[in-house]
Amino acid sequence: VPELGRAALVVCFGLAIYAVVAGFWGAHTRRRRLSRSAQNALVAAFVAAAVATGVLLVALVSSDFSFTYVSAFTSRELPLTYKLTALWGGQEGSLLLWLLVLTGYSAAAVLLDRKAGRELVVWVVPVLGIVAAFFSMLVVFVASPFDTQLAAADGRGLNPSLQSPYMQAHPPMLYLGYVGLTVPFAFAMGALLSGRTDERWIVATRRWTLAAWMFLGVGQLLGAKWAYEEVGWGGYYAWDPVENAALMPWLASTAFLHSVMVQEKKGMLKVWNMLLVLLAFALSLFGTFLTRSGVLNSIHSFTESSIGPWFLGFICFVVASSILLLFARLPLLRSKTRLESLVSREATFLYNNLLLVSLCLTILWGVTYPILKEAITGESVTVGRPWYDFFLRVFGLPLLLLMGIGPLIAWRRASLSSLKRVFFWPTAFALVIGIVLIVAGAGSSLPGLIAYTFSAFVAATIVLEFARGTAARRALSDETVPRAFGSLVARNRRRYGGYVVHAAIVLLAIGIAGSSAYDTSRSARLAPGECLSIRDYRTCYRGVNSTRTSNAVETRATIDVFRGGSRIAVMHPGKNAYPVEQQVSNEVAIRSDWLTGEDLFLITEQVNGNGTIDFKAIINPLVNMIWLAGLVFVLGSVITLWPDAREERRLAVRYGRLAPEAHA
Amino acid sequence: VLAAALVIGALLAVAAVWFVARPFLDRGEEELTVEPPQERLALEEERDRALAALKELEFDHRTGKISDEDYRSMVGELRRRAADALKALDAGTPPSDVRNHG
Repeated sequence: VPELGRAALVVCFGLAIYAVVAGFWGAHTRRRRLSRSAQNALVAAFVAAAVATGVLLVALVSSDFSFTYVSAFTSRELPLTYKLTALWGGQEGSLLLWLLVLTGYSAAAVLLDRKAGRELVVWVVPVLGIVAAFFSMLVVFVASPFDTQLAAADGRGLNPSLQSPYMQAHPPMLYLGYVGLTVPFAFAMGALLSGRTDERWIVATRRWTLAAWMFLGVGQLLGAKWAYEEVGWGGYYAWDPVENAALMPWLASTAFLHSVMVQEKKGMLKVWNMLLVLLAFALSLFGTFLTRSGVLNSIHSFTESSIGPWFLGFICFVVASSILLLFARLPLLRSKTRLESLVSREATFLYNNLLLVSLCLTILWGVTYPILKEAITGESVTVGRPWYDFFLRVFGLPLLLLMGIGPLIAWRRASLSSLKRVFFWPTAFALVIGIVLIVAGAGSSLPGLIAYTFSAFVAATIVLEFARGTAARRALSDETVPRAFGSLVARNRRRYGGYVVHAAIVLLAIGIAGSSAYDTSRSARLAPGECLSIRDYRTCYRGVNSTRTSNAVETRATIDVFRGGSRIAVMHPGKNAYPVEQQVSNEVAIRSDWLTGEDLFLITEQVNGNGTIDFKAIINPLVNMIWLAGLVFVLGSVITLWPDAREERRLAVRYGRLAPEAHA
Repeated sequence: VLAAALVIGALLAVAAVWFVARPFLDRGEEELTVEPPQERLALEEERDRALAALKELEFDHRTGKISDEDYRSMVGELRRRAADALKALDAGTPPSDVRNHG
């Protein structure tokens, strides 16, 4: 029943518009009831979006091909889980998911942060309403998921490359990240609109920003894992604009998460933090625009696309109005303190911000330059891997080093004698590792060697930080080592959770450096019985066979893998042919060695008529560190996110929600 | 099925209108509660910042990140800042009380 879905979306649109109008008017005239009613409208909009999503999910599961969307992205034979996840397989469904997540976040944010400060929250509501109104307008008038047609006998099916467990989790994670950045943006704008530019907007949005940032990070790693296993070219990140679309807001929000600490500790960087929140949000919109408007295929598909111009208009509106507002409130954002020394914790945060934002803007230029060039001259160009790899080294390696330097330097200023003492051991450790690596032959790649040496430095500082902290706690409280360690982390969740995230970045750097600087690949045409050797592996082709499954014909080569004279595995790289979708996918075979973190990656590039195969084998050293980094990243983020009752009480006293006596 | 869908749609709209209109049936103050003035909040933030900086300095000193000499040169200044913020708060506007913000 598409009518119900359509009706729910119209109701959602109406509620969002009401939230904007009533929200602004209520806040402006200081009417409590009107403001409250606008907040309720946001909550109700979430329910309406959920009803619409429910209708589409029922249609997808029951293969109701009278829905154009269902027919375009599913088929009868598609397994149930993929029918469900086809919700984000196409543009209209993705936009509906955006709207659902957005209204969900908005409702949760206004309900949970109601106490953050009345005068702030009442101004946040209309800002959230504007974003919700834009997205509901798109799904009501421009790209409706509830368009109908004469029911076809079967649908066109789901793109085979999307039929992967990683693709079931990757898009919703990214959306939770992209959309989550709306909350800090709305609170920042609420603070500017209300003139309440104290730290409440930061306190209220700290967890939302962290959660969005975590989802964005996990979403990207899932996407990388998907590319690695499904796209089948041996890598996991190709600097594709669609991938960059998620990386840019993540980099901007990483910068924000660091610089916001400078504002909290020193009352500095207030304007910069506002700009970073705006940048992160605008980039999350831009990311959705890139992936959904067709602009990446060509400028023509952008102008023909229904949503592209709307998106571009909305991004311009958001950026222009936010900057105007920021200018108008500049006098409120002046900071009284100045940077005391260029060698201090706050200074390292500043350098970190400059590097992160530079990397982010470089990637942005790499993504937009080909689009602008094509729009202006009609000439199509691509910005390739060397450009991005170069800037990743230029900005990424110093960033890695700073991750080790920052935590060792005190706030305000540090003297030379202190620096000498705290830097001695980590530097010595890193140098020893560097020399060992050169002896072991890692000097073949200079960036790889630098990345490893810096990683060793950062790892040493993290271990030292935990060790010194635990020792300091023990000296105070006479606790056992595990207990002192536990209470150290529990009492400083943000700091030590942050260090765990740093450890994840070290693992990531080791994985990226290992797999990109020290990989080996070989390819050959093999007849049954022939072998291909790569490093200490020997891969022997036995033959090929095909089987028919519910929605594909699966062809697999059988490869015996030998190492040191004995057979260690039988692997089956091959291809799947999808008759309904009329597409063929590469199905690689991967053997992970968990002890060394190395992967043997086999690809059957082509199965020839005479029984031979075009075969490729790749060895990716340490690539599994990247996936391990994902787990550590989540652990660190959760530690940082975990509520701290003491901190909550302190803030409640500061903002007058709790009597000071209760603080004691 | 269509009729059922329309009924559900209409019910959804009615429920939404009721939920959105509910605050107007509330009694109590119509005007938004007045919050502590911005200056007072700024002083409270300054106080917390100074106290947190002192705590951090102590911790960094204990973990050996800050030398005795650096510690001595910074601790006095930070204590003075915290004391100034506390004094300004005492002298200024009334302390933050348990206001009804709902």
